[in-house]
Amino acid sequence: MGSSELKRSKDSVESARWSSFPDEVLERVLSLLKSHRDRSSVSLVCKDWYNAERWSRTHVFIGNCYSVSPEIVARRFPRIRSVTLKGKPRFSDFNLVPENWGADIHAWLVVFAAKYPFLEELRLKRMAISDESLEFLAISFPNFKALSLLSCDGFSTNGLAAIATHCKNLTELDIQENGIDDKGGSWLSCFPESFTSLEVLNFANLTSDINFDALEKLVGRCKSMRVLKLNRSVSLEQLQRLLVSAPQLAELGTGSFSQELTIREYEELESTLSICKNMHTLSGLWDAKGIYLPALYPACSHLTFLNLSYAALQSVELAKLLAHCPRLKRLWVLDTVEDKGLEAVGLNCPLLEELRVFPADPFDDEIVHGVTEAGFVAVSFGCPRLHYVLYFCRQMTNAAVATIVQNCPDFTHFRLCIMNPGQPDYLTNEPMDEAFGAVVKTCTKLQRLSVSGLLTDLTFEYIGRYAKNLETLSVAFAGRSDWGMQCVLGGCPKLRKLEIRDCPFGNAALLSGLEKYESMRSLWMSACNVTMNGCRLLAREMPRLNVEVMKEDGSDESQADKVYVYRSIAGPRRDAPPSVLTL
Amino acid sequence: MSTPLEHDYIGLAETSSMERSSEKLSSSSSSSIPSIEDKTSKTANDTCLNLKETELRLGLPGSQSPERKLSLFGQDLETNDKSNGFAGSPLKNLVSGAKRGFSDAIDGSNGKWVFAMNGKSDVELAKGAALASPRVGLDSKTNSQQAKTSVSVMKEVVGVPQSPKPVQDKNNLVPPVNDHAIAPASKAQVVGWPPIRSFRKNSMASNLAKNSDEGAGCLYVKVSMDGAPYLRKVDLKTYNNYMEFSSALEKMFSCFTIGQCNSSGLPARDGLSESRLMDLLHGSEYVLTYEDKDGDWMLVGDVPWEMFTDSCRRLRIMKGSEAIGLAPRAMEKCKNQN
Repeated sequence: MGSSELKRSKDSVESARWSSFPDEVLERVLSLLKSHRDRSSVSLVCKDWYNAERWSRTHVFIGNCYSVSPEIVARRFPRIRSVTLKGKPRFSDFNLVPENWGADIHAWLVVFAAKYPFLEELRLKRMAISDESLEFLAISFPNFKALSLLSCDGFSTNGLAAIATHCKNLTELDIQENGIDDKGGSWLSCFPESFTSLEVLNFANLTSDINFDALEKLVGRCKSMRVLKLNRSVSLEQLQRLLVSAPQLAELGTGSFSQELTIREYEELESTLSICKNMHTLSGLWDAKGIYLPALYPACSHLTFLNLSYAALQSVELAKLLAHCPRLKRLWVLDTVEDKGLEAVGLNCPLLEELRVFPADPFDDEIVHGVTEAGFVAVSFGCPRLHYVLYFCRQMTNAAVATIVQNCPDFTHFRLCIMNPGQPDYLTNEPMDEAFGAVVKTCTKLQRLSVSGLLTDLTFEYIGRYAKNLETLSVAFAGRSDWGMQCVLGGCPKLRKLEIRDCPFGNAALLSGLEKYESMRSLWMSACNVTMNGCRLLAREMPRLNVEVMKEDGSDESQADKVYVYRSIAGPRRDAPPSVLTL
Repeated sequence: MSTPLEHDYIGLAETSSMERSSEKLSSSSSSSIPSIEDKTSKTANDTCLNLKETELRLGLPGSQSPERKLSLFGQDLETNDKSNGFAGSPLKNLVSGAKRGFSDAIDGSNGKWVFAMNGKSDVELAKGAALASPRVGLDSKTNSQQAKTSVSVMKEVVGVPQSPKPVQDKNNLVPPVNDHAIAPASKAQVVGWPPIRSFRKNSMASNLAKNSDEGAGCLYVKVSMDGAPYLRKVDLKTYNNYMEFSSALEKMFSCFTIGQCNSSGLPARDGLSESRLMDLLHGSEYVLTYEDKDGDWMLVGDVPWEMFTDSCRRLRIMKGSEAIGLAPRAMEKCKNQN
C-alpha cells in the first residue's frame, strides 16, 4: 500500500475504505503497541504511520533528558499520560559527577503542566528535583497517579508532604535510593482521611521515624495496597500490626527485623505472615536476627524475589531460609553469606534467574571474608537459568568464569566486580582476559557487561569481536592502549552506553568512534588520557553530539578529566554549571 | 604526608598495605604517630577515631594485620593519650565483619571528642566530663551527606602506569574538606570504587549507629524499673555525663520506692551509673542496666558516656539480686549491706 493511496484515503473515505486503513483504525491498532522500540520502528515506516503512532502514544521513555527538549517532546506526542526520564550519567551514583551538574526536572514539569494536564505517571531516575518542583507537580496535575523516584536528589520530605496532601488520586509513591533530606516522618500524616487509592508505597529510603498511627490508618483504608516497603524505623511489632490489615500484599519490605520479641509476639508475627499468601517479593529485613527468620518461612512458599541485601546473614541462616523458597527467581544478598551460603543457593533455588551479591564491608580488604569464585561457580551448577548477575568479590579466576558461563550460557547481564582494581587471576597471576573472553563468546545474548580485574587490550578485542548484542559496557582500571577502546567502538554493533574510568585510552581511541556515538545514547570517560584538544576536535566533527567536559580543581589545563558525550536533537544545554564545559 | 604511594596494577594493594602495616606498628606503641585516618583528616586538631584498635576480630592465621589487637577493649587505651576511637560497633568478635560495615568511614561524623581512659575508676570517669559533649545521635542526613562528601573528596585515584599522566602528582592524599576522618582501614580509597550506591553504603554504616528511638536532635529511650507499674522515657541527649543522668533517674523513679533515696543514711554517691535507689522493704539495691544495639544487657557506666548514648537502646533498673553476672559489684554491695 503506497503512501499516495493513504493520502487519497484521507480525502475520500468511501472510495478508499476497502483499500486502506483510516487513520483512526491505524491509531487504534498502534495503541496496542507498548514497547517504545517497536513504536520507534513503526514511526519510521511512512508519514502517516508516524502521525498515527504519535497520536496513539501514551507513554514516553527518555533515556537521556538532554537528548531532547520538553518542547520537542510535547510537540511530537500530544497525548502523553506517562513519562519516564533519566538524567545524570550512571557514574553519578558513585559520586563521580559534580553535585550541581543538572538534570533538573522543573523545566519539564512546566511544559508538561501546559501540554499534558492529564499526566498520570512520572518515573525519574538520576534527576534533580526540588521540593518546589514536587509541590508544583502535586498541584498541576489533578489526575496524577504514580510517582517513582530512583537515585534522584535535591528534595526533602517536605516535597513528599506536598504530594501526599494534594494528589487525590495517587496510586503509587515509590521513593528509592535517593539523596533525600529526611526532615522527619510527618509527611505520611499528610494523606487525608478520605484518601484510599494507594496501591504502592515504598519509603524504605527514609531513615527517620514515621508517624506509625498515620501509617496504620493509611494501610487500613487503602484496600488495594499491593506493595508496601517500610523503612528501618518500623519495628517488628508494628509490622505485625500492619500486616493484619494488609494480608493481600504482594510485595513487602519489612522494617527493622531485630526487635526483642516475646514468644507470644513472635508467634503472632509468624501466624500473620503465614496468611500473606500473595507475597512474591520480600525485602527490608534490616538488622535481621537469625532467630527470627523462621517467622518468615510460611510466607516464602511463593516468593520469587528475595532481597536480603540489607540483612547481614550468615551462611547457615541463609541456607535454612532458602530451603523454604523453592520458587525463587531473584535473590539479592550480602557477601556475609560467603561461599557456603551460595552453595545453598545452588542447592535450593533451581529456578534462579538473577543473583546479586553485595559487599558488606567493601573498603576493608585485610580481613578474609566475603565470597570468592567458588561461590559463583556453585550457583552456576545449581541454577542453569541464571541470566543476570552482579557479583562483588575479592578474588576470581579465568577458569572459574569459563565454568560459570558454560553452565549458564544465557547471561544477558554479567556484572563482575573484583574489588581490588587491576587484580589478576589469583591462581595463575594472569590477566582476566580469558574470563571475559569466555563470557562474550559463550553468552550470545549478552546485553550488559561490567568488567574488572587486570585486563589487557585482548579483553576488548574479544568484546568487539563477539559481543554482538552488547548494549551497555562498563570499564574501570583496564586496558593497555587506545587499541582496546577502538576494538569496542569498531565492533559491538548494538552498543548504546559506554562508560569508562581510569583507563589508558586517549584521543585516538575517543576519535575512532565518531560515527558510532550518534548511534549510542552516551559515552562517559573519566580519568583517562583524553585531552581538551581531542574533545574539541570531536565536538567540531560531530555537531549533533554534545561534548561536555567536567574539570576538576587543580587539574592540568589540557587534560579532559571527565568527558560526557551524548547525541541530542536539542542542541547544547544551557543549564550547565561552571565546572562543566560544553564544547 | 608520607611518600607518595607506588602505583601499579598488581602491586598497589601490597605496597599500600605494607606501608600501612608499618605505620600501624609504630602507632600502637607510640601515642604521637597518627594513624592512617589521621593522615587524611583535615587538621592536626581533629581527633580521629581509630576504630580498629578497639575491635576484636578473628581472621585466618597469617591474615592478621598488625593493627588488629586481640586485647580487650580498654586496655590499649591507657597507653594512648591521643585519639582513642571507641567504635560504635559492638565489642564482640565479628567474624564476618558485617556489622562493622562502613562504620570506619562514617564514624567520623559522630564528631570528634576525646575520651577519658577506660582504665580509670568509675568516679573519675564521671567527673572527667572532660568529655566534650558531642553531637551524638546521627542526624541521618548529615550522616549520609558526610559519607557522600567523604568519599568524593578522597581524590586518591589509582594511577594508570602505562600512560603516565601529568596529574600523577595529584595522587597524594588530599585532605577532605569536611572535618571528619573518613579513610577506613588501610587501603587508600578510590573515589566511587567499588561502585556501590551511597544509600547502600550509608545503610550498612548506620547499622552501628542506629538507635531505635532516635529522632533528629533527641535520643529517647525507655526506662523500666522492676516493680514499677509503668515505664518512663528519657532523652539521653539532655545529659552530658553519667552523673547528671543518674540523678535525673533518681528523681524520676524515687516515687516508686518507699522512702527517699539515701534515706538509709548512706552518703550519696557522686558518680556513676548505679542509681542508689533503696527499696527499704526488700533491702536490696537496684542496679542500672541497659540493652545495647546487639540486644545484650550491660551494666551502665563501663563505657564512656558518648559511647553509651550511642549504643543504648533502652534501660532497666534491675533489682540487685537479679543482676548476677551482670553487675558483680552490685552483688558485692548487696552482700555488704544486707
